[in-house]
Amino acid sequence: MRDLILLIVGAALVNNVVLARFLGLCSFMGVTTKIDTAVGMGMATTFVITVSSMGDWAIERFLLMPFDLGYLRTVTFILVIAAAVQFTEMVIRKVSPALFQTLGIYLPLITTNCAVLGVALLLVEGKMNFIQSTVFAFASSLGYSLVMAIFAGLRERIALADVPRLFAGPPVGFVTASLLAMAFMGFSGMSAN
Amino acid sequence: MILAVGSLAAMGTALGALLGIASRYLAVEENPIELELAALLPGSQCGQCGYVGCAQAAKALAAHEAPVTLCPPGGKAVAEALAKKLGVTADLSEHEEHVPSIAYIDESLCLGCLRCAQECSVDAIVGAAKQMHTVIAEACHGCGKCEPVCNTMAITLKPIPKTVATWYWPKPGGSVH
Repeated sequence: MRDLILLIVGAALVNNVVLARFLGLCSFMGVTTKIDTAVGMGMATTFVITVSSMGDWAIERFLLMPFDLGYLRTVTFILVIAAAVQFTEMVIRKVSPALFQTLGIYLPLITTNCAVLGVALLLVEGKMNFIQSTVFAFASSLGYSLVMAIFAGLRERIALADVPRLFAGPPVGFVTASLLAMAFMGFSGMSAN
Repeated sequence: MILAVGSLAAMGTALGALLGIASRYLAVEENPIELELAALLPGSQCGQCGYVGCAQAAKALAAHEAPVTLCPPGGKAVAEALAKKLGVTADLSEHEEHVPSIAYIDESLCLGCLRCAQECSVDAIVGAAKQMHTVIAEACHGCGKCEPVCNTMAITLKPIPKTVATWYWPKPGGSVH
């Protein structure tokens, strides 16, 4: 139990996918202009990461490892992720057409979100069992959603601030992202103790 | 080699079948005519037709629940285009042709209640509480939503004065489209 809690904290905060591993930066900059959209994107990605990493774990364990097909890893993982994204798209379209419209192109682009494939490859690298990998994937994606929500909140405030003309728009977004990443580096001290 | 090809093919087939089944259960009924009708409407979401926005109005039009003359800002041209698209004849006998107009606030009557500014769907009214409001002429599309909410009748719709910048050749008679 203690290991699992450590795993959750480590995946969500200490080794945050966005701010420590620098994965998924495209959607991190792309859909964080409004907090509602960012939370919606976080939830969609959480679902995709959790479901696809379960599938990826099964494929790694029962197909790639026994038959020594490691070179097919990227292709098969992407296949599973793409299917999960398509499914998520259908569900969101059915459940919340408004969210479907606001997420727009970023929804199918979850397929190419490197955080999704990155988490799946980290599971393989860490040689985790099924429960560990599911918990790790869920915690990683929670960390992603958390950072998305925080950053969207910051950007909503920055939108009202009087930013110098040179920095207005994306530049100040990147500066804020780097400051946020520095703040999250504070968590890395936790792993040492 | 055969194992690699076979396992990929099997995975693709299985996932494709799963998605196929899911799409059956999660299918969204989307009427293509709704999108075309929504494209014909002005798209300013003013709500004068009684629906929340233009997309909802298009839905009602597609279901033949609303008359084609529902859109006041669209006027005769939009009603005719909608009628043509839906294959019905529009009853335009009661239609009054509006000249293009924008809202005007009589500043001596304005109390600064902000009601009109909150009502405006294109944010064309600026002002603060207990300060005079005014209309940004370029943003106003003359939907007239602000007129009834004004308690002091300070808002009137005034025709856009014909200047070199706003004058156009008159359209040829009959249908616009």
